[in-house]
Amino acid sequence: MEVALFYAFASLAILSALLVVSLKNTARALFLFFIVLFAMAGLFLFALADFVAITQILVYVGGVLILMIFAFMLSNKELLADLQNKSSKFLSLPNWQSLLLAIGFLAVLAYGIYEWQEHYPQWITENIRSGAIIKAADNNIQELGLHFMTKYLLPFEVISIFLLVALIGAAHLSRKEDIS
Amino acid sequence: MISITHFLVVSAIIFSIGLYAIIAKRNAIMILVGIELIINAAILNFVAFGRYDKLNYGGQVFALFAIVLAAAAVAVGLAIILAVYRKYKTINPDNITDLQD
Repeated sequence: MEVALFYAFASLAILSALLVVSLKNTARALFLFFIVLFAMAGLFLFALADFVAITQILVYVGGVLILMIFAFMLSNKELLADLQNKSSKFLSLPNWQSLLLAIGFLAVLAYGIYEWQEHYPQWITENIRSGAIIKAADNNIQELGLHFMTKYLLPFEVISIFLLVALIGAAHLSRKEDIS
Repeated sequence: MISITHFLVVSAIIFSIGLYAIIAKRNAIMILVGIELIINAAILNFVAFGRYDKLNYGGQVFALFAIVLAAAAVAVGLAIILAVYRKYKTINPDNITDLQD
């Protein structure tokens, strides 16, 4: 049952990601990107990371995709240009070149996974032996909060400052320039 | 209990799709979508390996950091795209050829 659900989410993610890159219409591709992100959040659940999955849905679907759709609608002229000149050259140069590159990279990664043959690193085997792996009954959110506030306090603060700086920078970049 | 190989294969495929989107697309927003796909593949790997480390919770903690970084990258990237569109009236990276106006 678990494996079947995993395959369902994985195939949903992969198929809709393929559709995202193959569709000509940017608006449809963006809405399909929603489905990819939801399916990826479902995959996170199978790795017992429930808080990460919820954060993925909140941040991506609530924030990032709304921003992307806004940017797409504000630069709307591209839609017409896309529809006009893409259809004539389906197998134009950049398309098959990048397809070749992506498939080559996938082949390298798949070869690496095949050669690996599930030889786990030492820390994984030791943790499996001593039982220090995350189980389904664990209280993930409490543990995450404890670790954020103790062990990972410095990265947490650094990333807070970084997010503040990035958002101020984004607001500064997208302001209306006064014509003087 | 899903083995770690399943996660690795799925994230490798998503990574390659994102790479294709970055190289092939003629639209800056779709290039940003490709970057997001790659970041999501990386987060999936973080989470899949983090399941075997209960003492540090490093996988999930850094997956959350990666989500925050991706959100910041998208905010700045879309602001840049809008500024470029205001000046050039296009968001095709092939047509943006000047560094200054």
